[in-house]
Amino acid sequence: MRPSAEFRPPVLRLALVFVPMGMLAAVMLGLAVEPALPGGGERPPAGPPTLRAFTGATILPVSGPPVPDGVLVVQGGRILAVGPRASVVVPAGAEVIDCPGKVILPGLICTHSHIGSPSGGDASSPLQPETRVLDAIDIRDTSLAKARAGGLTTVNIMPGSGHLVSGQTLYLKLRPGRTVEELAIKNADGTLAGGLKMANGTNSIRDAPFPGTRGKSAALVRQEFLKARDHQRKIAAAGEDASKLPDRNLGLETLVEVLDGRRVVHHHTHRADDILTVLRLKEEFGFKVVLHHVADAWKVADEIAAAGVGCSIINLDSPGGKLEVRDIDWKNGAELVRRGVVTAVHTDDPITDSRWMLRSAALSVRGGMSREKALESVTLAGARLLGLEDSTGSLEPGKDADFVLLSGDPLSIYSRVLETWVEGQKVFDLARPDDRLMAEGGPGAGHARLGSTCCFSR
Amino acid sequence: MKTDLFLFFLLAAAAPAQLAVKVRTLHPMTGDLAPLRDAVVLCGPDGKIQRVGPAAEVPVPDGWRVVEAEVAVPGLIDARTTVGLSGVLNWDRRDQEQLETSTPMQPELRASDAYNGRDPLVQWLRELGVTTIHTGHAPGALVSGQTMILKTDRASIVSKQDMLSPLAGISVTLGADGFGKEDKKPPGTRAKSVALLRAELIKAREYSAKLQLADAAKHPDRDLHLEALAAVLRKEVPLFITADRHHDIAAALRLQQEFGFRLVLDSAAEAYHLLDALKASGVPVIVHPTMARASGEQENLKFTLAAELHRAGIPFAFQSGYEAYVPKIRVVLFEAAMAAAHGLPPEQALAACTIRAAEILGLQDRLGSLAPGKDADLALYDGDPLETATHCLGVIIDGRLVSTEKR
Repeated sequence: MRPSAEFRPPVLRLALVFVPMGMLAAVMLGLAVEPALPGGGERPPAGPPTLRAFTGATILPVSGPPVPDGVLVVQGGRILAVGPRASVVVPAGAEVIDCPGKVILPGLICTHSHIGSPSGGDASSPLQPETRVLDAIDIRDTSLAKARAGGLTTVNIMPGSGHLVSGQTLYLKLRPGRTVEELAIKNADGTLAGGLKMANGTNSIRDAPFPGTRGKSAALVRQEFLKARDHQRKIAAAGEDASKLPDRNLGLETLVEVLDGRRVVHHHTHRADDILTVLRLKEEFGFKVVLHHVADAWKVADEIAAAGVGCSIINLDSPGGKLEVRDIDWKNGAELVRRGVVTAVHTDDPITDSRWMLRSAALSVRGGMSREKALESVTLAGARLLGLEDSTGSLEPGKDADFVLLSGDPLSIYSRVLETWVEGQKVFDLARPDDRLMAEGGPGAGHARLGSTCCFSR
Repeated sequence: MKTDLFLFFLLAAAAPAQLAVKVRTLHPMTGDLAPLRDAVVLCGPDGKIQRVGPAAEVPVPDGWRVVEAEVAVPGLIDARTTVGLSGVLNWDRRDQEQLETSTPMQPELRASDAYNGRDPLVQWLRELGVTTIHTGHAPGALVSGQTMILKTDRASIVSKQDMLSPLAGISVTLGADGFGKEDKKPPGTRAKSVALLRAELIKAREYSAKLQLADAAKHPDRDLHLEALAAVLRKEVPLFITADRHHDIAAALRLQQEFGFRLVLDSAAEAYHLLDALKASGVPVIVHPTMARASGEQENLKFTLAAELHRAGIPFAFQSGYEAYVPKIRVVLFEAAMAAAHGLPPEQALAACTIRAAEILGLQDRLGSLAPGKDADLALYDGDPLETATHCLGVIIDGRLVSTEKR
């Protein structure tokens, strides 16, 4: 039976009336009409790069002192100029966006995130360096849109901490895009940028075949790196003679990248002695490592500083939840920074929501860190830990135009993220209803596709 | 006159004292919630507030000890938590006492029998300014057990005097979070949950009726389970019904209409769909933590819910709720702050973890605002309490300085 017109949804009726004939023909012929890109932006139009000038805001470049009444000039995806109004000329033809009373901060960089429902290794073994989050990330998961709403522009997406080695991480720009590759950050050689996630302590101590003790955990890791060193030697010995190369081994190849210094280890670790175990392994095998979470950092801050490693820390609203986090303290960041350790604050989303990232930085201020260092901890420090400081993390000419427009002081609870820009494209705008839904929650914000029964009023 | 020296001096004498609190900005949380500048609060030796007013009008009597603070608010009230039951270490059968799942309905479980007042998380809340907690059995079973109200400085519960209310209410969970924890354990659907609960309330009503019979020989044997539900039906204690999906909230309202019990709605993530019905019912809401994770039954929560409840004139308070992992406990002050960042006027945010919480818990005559005769519970801060980087510098419970930690 043909449904009566009265019960046809209004949107459909409008579509039947107003859709241009060409598009209607395309739909009737079954041709795809390009949907809006995840991330809300549009593909850059062909032709000369867009020129925009953001004027009148207080600009916090992080790499330098605050600029009241500043001007930020963006050309295409890059920053052309930044500075006080008196010294920065707004180029002719630039679209001028006046933002008096607002604050502009570099796009936030989260060095430890699980947005996009990533996964790495399964329950079959404790070391699975061959697995890649690349093969698991759902870039249409609402957690990415929510991260953009929080002002994030760059993320290190990691598998979990239930393995000694849980897999390869991936660095993403939260630019608009339809595939994970379009969001991925590329190394100079064209490979996708990322690190290797490792863990010690109780998360990776499980029933067999997983280790049952800390001693066994370290022994398994040491044994695997020795194998990788062997693999590395065989590859070197083969030289130009491909017939002498060892059999391919995806796991060992990944560990060889680590031994070669081409892939940084992102190491989950909490308890003071576990932190020192990581530092010993680093010393023994000479890999690059960033310590993650580091609940007991304040107890061994001298040792961390002496080892010259960076820290990516988390701030929680309370200690505990497990024994290892019993002594976590908001002073961790201040104690590390005081000793010259490059320190980033991360979200570990969903442990803390990406939308609260600036609040996490403010908790470090509560724990004694300076405001300047706190802002650096969610921007430039993160870029350094990911090796991306040449292209993002601060507002400087030549860097990617990754920035956040805020209603006020970034460290005040009352300030809101108004807009997020990645490489000159606006990926979040609080004024857009769909974006606001991601910023504040509500019917449909929980899951983009489950639909649920919640959404009648939307 | 160094404040720190005074604090040190006071610590030496922890007994209730004649204590004067001098404050640059005082939030008494009375009347229109307006703050007082340069105010004094006199806390008497009986642990009650003697006077509150501008420093110019309230002289500090000779011999009284003085504590100075930039900002002071009434001691914070966490309107629904499981702290003391869900311990800091998160170890099953060692410090996790908030949920027993052998059967779906256990209203006879008392909170005081499960509470560890020395758990570090109780201290954590106290040192951040939380002086009163409504704690007990967690959401997560159809009827998980009882709740109680007490101050955060009571390390041991020896007698009823150690609590403000030994039986504050009974915790009910509707929706998927209240389903049986293992396969085939009832309830497994929403309809079954409500059917089980209705049958049990009817049983309790019959039990109650038999107790009224003139012939004592016909009285039923004592039944702790039905006794607890009978107290609900007699409106002596409320049901705290945790419901997040809008249709579970509607089911809670239907149950309330059928049985006439006092209902306090807990969590209520999708309450924004039912503002009119909630307003008409007069049911207060202990809203979910603003920063609760948007997943599962709460996947469609809104950070603006508190602001929407406020605009609709629906009474509400903040809670820390229950957390299964890290952070193991939330802090109502932080949740209130995030609501203030999302449209709730700051003074209303403070009210929702002080006087409004006291009203919903029925303790507004003793707690929640700073006025003569009320409990001398205060939290002292070095700035706007809602700002993340502000510190709590002192906490006073019943006129005693119980913390001088900088938090």
